[in-house]
Amino acid sequence: MQFLLAEGARIGISLIGVIGLVSINALFLIWMERKVSAHIQLRPGPMEVGFHGALQTIADALKLIGKELITPEDADKLIYLLAPIVMFLPVLVSFIVIPFSPTLLIRDLNVGILLIFAFSTMAVLAILMAGWSSNNKYSLLGAIRSVAQTIAYEIPLLITAMSVIIMVGSLKLTDIVAYQATVWNVLFQPLAFILFIICGTAETNRAPFDIPEAESELVAGFHTEYSGMRFAIFFLAEYTNMFIVSAVATVLFLGGWRGPILPPLVWFLLKVYAIIFLMMWFRWTFPRLRFDQLITLGWKILIPLSLANLILTALAIKIF
Amino acid sequence: MTAFIKDTLIGFWSLLAGLGVTIRYFVKPIVTVQYPREKLTMSPRYRGHTEFIIDPETGSHLCNACENCARTCPSNVISVTGVKVAGTKKKRAVTYVLDYSLCSLCGLCVEVCPTKALKFSDEYRLAGFSRQDMIIDVIARLQAQQRALGLPEEVPPVPEAEEAKTEETKGGEGES
Amino acid sequence: MMLEKGIEEKTFYLNLGPQHPATHGVLRVVLEMDGEFIANSEPIIGYGHRAHEKMAELRTYQQYLPNMGRVDYLHALAYNQCYCMAVEKLTGIQVPERAEFIRVITSELNRISSHLLWFGAYLLDLGAFTPFLYCFDDREHILDLLDRITGSRLTYCFYRFGGVPVDVDEEFIAGTRAFISRLRSRWNDYDTLVTKNVIFINRTRDVGIMTPEQALKYGVTGPNLRGSGIPYDIRKSEPFSVYPLFDFEIPLGERGDVLDRYVVRLQEMEQSLRIIEQALDKLPEGPIMAEKVPKRLKPPEGEVYTAVETARGEFGIYLVSKGDVKPYRLKLRVPCFSNLSVMPELFQDVMVADAVAILGSLDLVIPDIDR
Repeated sequence: MQFLLAEGARIGISLIGVIGLVSINALFLIWMERKVSAHIQLRPGPMEVGFHGALQTIADALKLIGKELITPEDADKLIYLLAPIVMFLPVLVSFIVIPFSPTLLIRDLNVGILLIFAFSTMAVLAILMAGWSSNNKYSLLGAIRSVAQTIAYEIPLLITAMSVIIMVGSLKLTDIVAYQATVWNVLFQPLAFILFIICGTAETNRAPFDIPEAESELVAGFHTEYSGMRFAIFFLAEYTNMFIVSAVATVLFLGGWRGPILPPLVWFLLKVYAIIFLMMWFRWTFPRLRFDQLITLGWKILIPLSLANLILTALAIKIF
Repeated sequence: MTAFIKDTLIGFWSLLAGLGVTIRYFVKPIVTVQYPREKLTMSPRYRGHTEFIIDPETGSHLCNACENCARTCPSNVISVTGVKVAGTKKKRAVTYVLDYSLCSLCGLCVEVCPTKALKFSDEYRLAGFSRQDMIIDVIARLQAQQRALGLPEEVPPVPEAEEAKTEETKGGEGES
Repeated sequence: MMLEKGIEEKTFYLNLGPQHPATHGVLRVVLEMDGEFIANSEPIIGYGHRAHEKMAELRTYQQYLPNMGRVDYLHALAYNQCYCMAVEKLTGIQVPERAEFIRVITSELNRISSHLLWFGAYLLDLGAFTPFLYCFDDREHILDLLDRITGSRLTYCFYRFGGVPVDVDEEFIAGTRAFISRLRSRWNDYDTLVTKNVIFINRTRDVGIMTPEQALKYGVTGPNLRGSGIPYDIRKSEPFSVYPLFDFEIPLGERGDVLDRYVVRLQEMEQSLRIIEQALDKLPEGPIMAEKVPKRLKPPEGEVYTAVETARGEFGIYLVSKGDVKPYRLKLRVPCFSNLSVMPELFQDVMVADAVAILGSLDLVIPDIDR
């Protein structure tokens, strides 16, 4: 009984914590994206609501909550309603294993990294559901593109993560952080780091790989028909996905929470937001790839490189 | 194969160079004007709606209601009425009203004016809540300017009751 | 690099427009799609029809002047110039040289602003947002300069029959020179950010190839034609105004693909800068308005055709006068209409993403097509 109560409290607190983190993170990231894009483009970005527009996203969120939830007439209603949830839940699940600091993590599973990758693949399912059920040709095209390109970046993503995992010899995220006590993995695996960032950008469907959304081609891609809070959930999931990919990259390559002077949590968040800044920087610099070009890039460059990196890592471990 | 690797490397380098450009701009100061907080001065030839020039000699306008502007206007923006001033043979404007919502800012009215009575105002905050807000009484505007300058206000001549020959011409027919 | 076409037999229809981010206006393209590939396409135009040609018959010659700024609002001054040239030719008004120089300077500035806007909007089509705002930063300087002498920022109505109403001042000349050096210093950034970018090159090279035969068949003009390698520029082949006095080149493409059209436009901006520079150096003194231009213009009976090179190609006016104060008939030969008509051929068997890239590269101004 005691155990059940404690466990219940733990789950409750974690859930509240995660949802709180997800919302605050998304609010912050949207503001950050606006500011980064604005300053790259020589303009100040939002300035009116709050200090330097800090509360702008809250105002926008309120607006979205107030909007009508439109369901297209011929939509497949059940799937249409489920798609945002399917998009969002796996994102929440991934937070279970992310180690924010030595003490601040929900569950230290020994297959942590596997869990994150397994659940992140479900985003494609959600995109397919959204695109299919909207009964809109643009949405459908976006969904098809998303499915078609999945393998192109998921395989190299897993293989590059594998290079780190065989170095460490564990799938447990805390073990991977512990391994980088002195030297960060990025020094051993610079190529893997670069590949991971590229694939991670594709994983989060962000420019230059925002092919399923492709504003100028497919209007808004798979979420064309979504409005109000349903659209907001897709938006929230995108930014949370960014956080997770960056958190995984931090754990795998940048030594997780490790760093001098500052507390571990601060170090962790600093590294995560640095990687997110990198991804935003990409978005506001590059044009979009065509989707067959992404597949070509995946199969002809990313997969061979990641395989070569894996083999080299294995050889190096065997020799030293 | 070597060509492929070379292309890939050059491509990768080009991406890094592009990132270099954007980060350089990232730290540059912004160039936009924060409109309601900062305001730009309009250029000397900015075309707002038209208004009367205040003649330094008479302290009032020079419009003799010849209606050239109303006739030249492609969009029937201007309506002018005038009466003969008692004692002289000259006409003088009684009303001069613009329907600014129709204006296409060509500036032909200013050019065609024989007495050079018109100029462009530098008013650019022209948004309104109704169509009525777009109708500009130029004489009332002149009176307001005269008040601001401390000049005696323009008093439009009153048409005499019996021989009031107020004729209103809508421009745009071309022929007349 | 193209994917093999599938064996799928069923096609579906996709409406690209009239409200779509990539059509830059109210153009509607009905695409018959075979998966991601376009099997057939048909542009549907007329959403922005405002009867500009009919309006000319109802207005006097002067009253029609502001209409010209609204046919192709991005290069309004060239349209303005063409109309003025037509009426001047009809009435036999001689334009003083200084006025012609001012016309060339302002029109070329306007051409650069049009190309800059195209450049930014095109990158927007390809999914890069940032170059758009860099271009607008540059374009803003042109607008300020033109605002200074023409009084408007977009739909210019500046040229008059017989010259220009306002002379340029020292500040304008100094500002233009400063702008020239400013824009030249930006080429490097544009090249690094866009032209050399591997993603951009992959998206544009060998996409939407327009052969010279196709281009001629459909009457394509302007940078689209020159991108296919045909050196036809009205400023050279049928010189008007004072263009023969200046030394400039016609940039040409080789393959006729989207990248070539892009490069031609970028190089054209540099050529325009050269023209402006020379015009500023040679700017003669003198009157800016012809003497004895009647207030009520009544051209003699006759008909004329004048053509100018706008940012999008050959714009011509065919004007018939019956000796009245209004034109009897006015026909506008607009470049975008011909440039659009070649589109279905270029859209054959390309993907939607490429279709957007091709549509953007044609630099269409929809009100110009519909007029």
